[in-house]
Amino acid sequence: MTDIRTLATVWLDGCSGCHMSLLDMDERLIELSSQFQLVYSPLVDRKTFPERVDVTLVEGAVASVEDLKKIRRIREHTGVLVSLGDCALTGNVSAMRNTCGPQPVMLRVYEQNVLQPQIPTEGVPALLNRVRPVHEVVPVDVYVPGCPPSADTIYRVLSELLAGHVPTLGGVAHFG
Amino acid sequence: MSAESNVRTLTIDGEEISARADQTILEAAREHKLAIPTLCHLDGLSEVGACRMCLVEVKGARRLLPACVTRVEEGMEVTTHNPKIDRYRTMILELFFAERNHICSICVANGNCELQSLALTLGMTHVEIPYQYPQLPVDASHPRFTVDHNRCVLCTRCVRVCSEIEGANTWGVMGRGAQSLVITDLKEPWGESETCTSCGKCVQVCPTGALFEKDRAGSKVRKQPDFLPYLRIMREGEQ
Ligand code: SF4
Ligand code: SF4
Ligand code: SF4
Ligand code: FES
Repeated sequence: MTDIRTLATVWLDGCSGCHMSLLDMDERLIELSSQFQLVYSPLVDRKTFPERVDVTLVEGAVASVEDLKKIRRIREHTGVLVSLGDCALTGNVSAMRNTCGPQPVMLRVYEQNVLQPQIPTEGVPALLNRVRPVHEVVPVDVYVPGCPPSADTIYRVLSELLAGHVPTLGGVAHFG
Repeated sequence: MSAESNVRTLTIDGEEISARADQTILEAAREHKLAIPTLCHLDGLSEVGACRMCLVEVKGARRLLPACVTRVEEGMEVTTHNPKIDRYRTMILELFFAERNHICSICVANGNCELQSLALTLGMTHVEIPYQYPQLPVDASHPRFTVDHNRCVLCTRCVRVCSEIEGANTWGVMGRGAQSLVITDLKEPWGESETCTSCGKCVQVCPTGALFEKDRAGSKVRKQPDFLPYLRIMREGEQ
């Protein structure tokens, strides 16, 4: 029980594809789970981000005031922050609305071609004017390109972190 | 001029090589299997020195020089890779990504794009320069081809192949700097172009997903720019 480390994963503005890829590690998950304790994630129950987490994987871009609040808190309480996947890294599809702003998107989704047009305001976080990659908002330690990054790439990142290295994915994984 | 005086001896990354006096650093390096990254250069087209990916250090020169338009000289000492050069190249790459809207995951060229693979080989994992998110047009008026300016790196390969090889002169460049756009004829929709022969050469040489064939969109598009040097040799043989 000496070397169990804590791992968290968060899901900001992304499609959950990166989390699917994480699960795609299959039996390697079992190997990793003996070394990492998953303390916070869409995959576990806990509602609040713990005081201290060794490694946090972030899927998705920062798109709402809620995302912004979350990522700041996560950064503060995380040792190694990993930007996982193109949405976190570049904004990707999530940031496509940046060329026009959030308004036309809201109109398109909630007003045009809808039977009961209504833009939701209660219980949903306000959208930021501009969707931003994670590193534009808080400092990031590891960048993992890919939409989604492959299970092999994620495994490599976690293994290297366990071995005490901060991995770089340059020359290993590309956008898209 | 004697054959002797036509030969230049220089070193590239410490390796002593000889080259013809009319060769560029890039040509000499590639002949000796020394890799220099390029983007606007394409074998078979004229050089424009536009993208600056091929910057190298030449001892005694005050600035980094583009290898594709710099001729070899006697005694030159060229360095193709060091931390400073790598930093420059990464910065240039980041600019390409930040200036337009590159969303690789939904791009026709994903997995087959020279810009994307340059980022991979040069180890660029993210862009530190703030993204610009410009509003750019997509022209799908041509029955077979589409131009998506969101993915254009202004390498002018399309312009050159259309004028130098096809002889149609359909493509041109309008505007300055990051605001530039490649245009067909006098900025007419491509589909209404009087000069375009629909040969498809520009699509084949475009290094990115900016130009693509409609019926291939969505599938894995592999472009075939290798035809150029052959075409050129055949033509020169005819003259
Ligand atoms: S990077 Fe791709 S897979 Fe991951 S969340 Fe974004 S769109 Fe989905
Ligand atoms: S043109 Fe290349 S770099 Fe740009 S989005 Fe397409 S694949 Fe990515
Ligand atoms: S359309 Fe393609 S070939 Fe033409 S300038 Fe843009 S990137 Fe280069
Ligand atoms: S390849 Fe030399 S400047 Fe583009």
